[in-house]
Amino acid sequence: MQVANHFDSFLDAALRRICDSRRRAASAGIEVVARSGWTGHAPRRRLAIRIVACLDCDLLHHLGAVPEGGTARCRRCGGVLRKHPRNSLEHTLALALAAAILFVVSNSFPFLSFEMKGRVTETTLMTGIIDLYNGGKWEIAALVFLTIELAPVAQLAMLLYVLVPLRVNRIPWQLPRAFRILRHAQSWSMIEVFMIGILVAITKLMGMASIIPGLAIWAFALLMLVLSGAMASFDPESVWERVEELR
Amino acid sequence: MSAAPGTARAVACASCHDCGLLARVPEASGKHGLCPRCGAELHERKLRSLERTLALVIAAFVCYVPANVLPVMTVTSLGKTQSDTIFSGVVYMLEHKMWPLAIILFTASIFVPMMKLGILSFLLFSVHRRSSWRPVERTRLYRLTEAIGRWSMVDIYVVTILVALVRLGNLAAIEAGAGAIFFGAVVVITMLAAESFDPRIIWDRSDARST
Repeated sequence: MQVANHFDSFLDAALRRICDSRRRAASAGIEVVARSGWTGHAPRRRLAIRIVACLDCDLLHHLGAVPEGGTARCRRCGGVLRKHPRNSLEHTLALALAAAILFVVSNSFPFLSFEMKGRVTETTLMTGIIDLYNGGKWEIAALVFLTIELAPVAQLAMLLYVLVPLRVNRIPWQLPRAFRILRHAQSWSMIEVFMIGILVAITKLMGMASIIPGLAIWAFALLMLVLSGAMASFDPESVWERVEELR
Repeated sequence: MSAAPGTARAVACASCHDCGLLARVPEASGKHGLCPRCGAELHERKLRSLERTLALVIAAFVCYVPANVLPVMTVTSLGKTQSDTIFSGVVYMLEHKMWPLAIILFTASIFVPMMKLGILSFLLFSVHRRSSWRPVERTRLYRLTEAIGRWSMVDIYVVTILVALVRLGNLAAIEAGAGAIFFGAVVVITMLAAESFDPRIIWDRSDARST
């Protein structure tokens, strides 16, 4: 029980700043609706030590500043509390820009060509999706479209939407919504799985025909690396810190 | 349920699902608090986590049967038609001594979906029994399920690429079968199931039993 009390008092002190605006407003009978970004009374200075709860087991931790390149883990279940990539905002922006270019290239050039007995079939990324749709398998077409076209585009668009304005010292409008879209897009974007699919398909056909890789496939492989690099260096907490500085 | 000391729930706080900020949940029941930083609704635990996970796991089991019985792909070559199920695809690879491919396809299409369904069922069952058995390992199993789920999509992509490439009229053509739809459904449903499960419930229940 003593442990709980200790936590409770510490937490109260640390959370007071964050919840202050809310409490003040509540006691005055005002409804606080913080739909976009911070409320007007939100703290301007970041707390040096913060309290966070592990997202996997709910245990509270005092979290000091995590050094760049470091990761803080829950001491009970090992879940990640905070990852602090080096120069997160700049690195992510650079990689996201590169990924956007690679995405355009991998969608506008031939992907794979297939040659058998003198007949050549040339395909782009979208060919398979369109063929599945025309063949009456729209469910699979939609799933593939979602996972290799729509989700990566949404991922890139949201990264750029958040990072470009911050770069020129502006706070993006509807930031929380952008984060929400980004999180969903990230779990449905499966470019790396598609690469394995390509390898399997090519190996399967190798015996019976010759496969000619197009420019797009190399761009796509690079896109896979660059995009996962961008996601690895992206750190929402750094974004919130920057937003706080700008307000 | 009394919350274990040292957890966010014990001090009436919740982590924001969207931005991770720890914030107070208002005592007045019936009204959700909003995250002071990003404005999302605050919930101590994912909403109706166990019911949703259970429903999705059952749905995935239902789709799992046709996914394995129906053909995922039909190859028409010189008038002959041959249908492949997921399992016969792997067997074909083995017969043609394509070991690496056989291993990749077996892992992605057979092992991973079975493991995911197995782990999720086990977690649901253990939470239902209010088990306090090895919560750390069970949390790790959960993280594993979340991480590997996407890799089962390999088979769907292989079918997509083959359909696009092999279109030689009567000479050779490949079409996707109904099994692929169900298989895709299994992948999507198990991903949603893993997402709706809340690992903190493992700890709630095991703490409740040990105290």
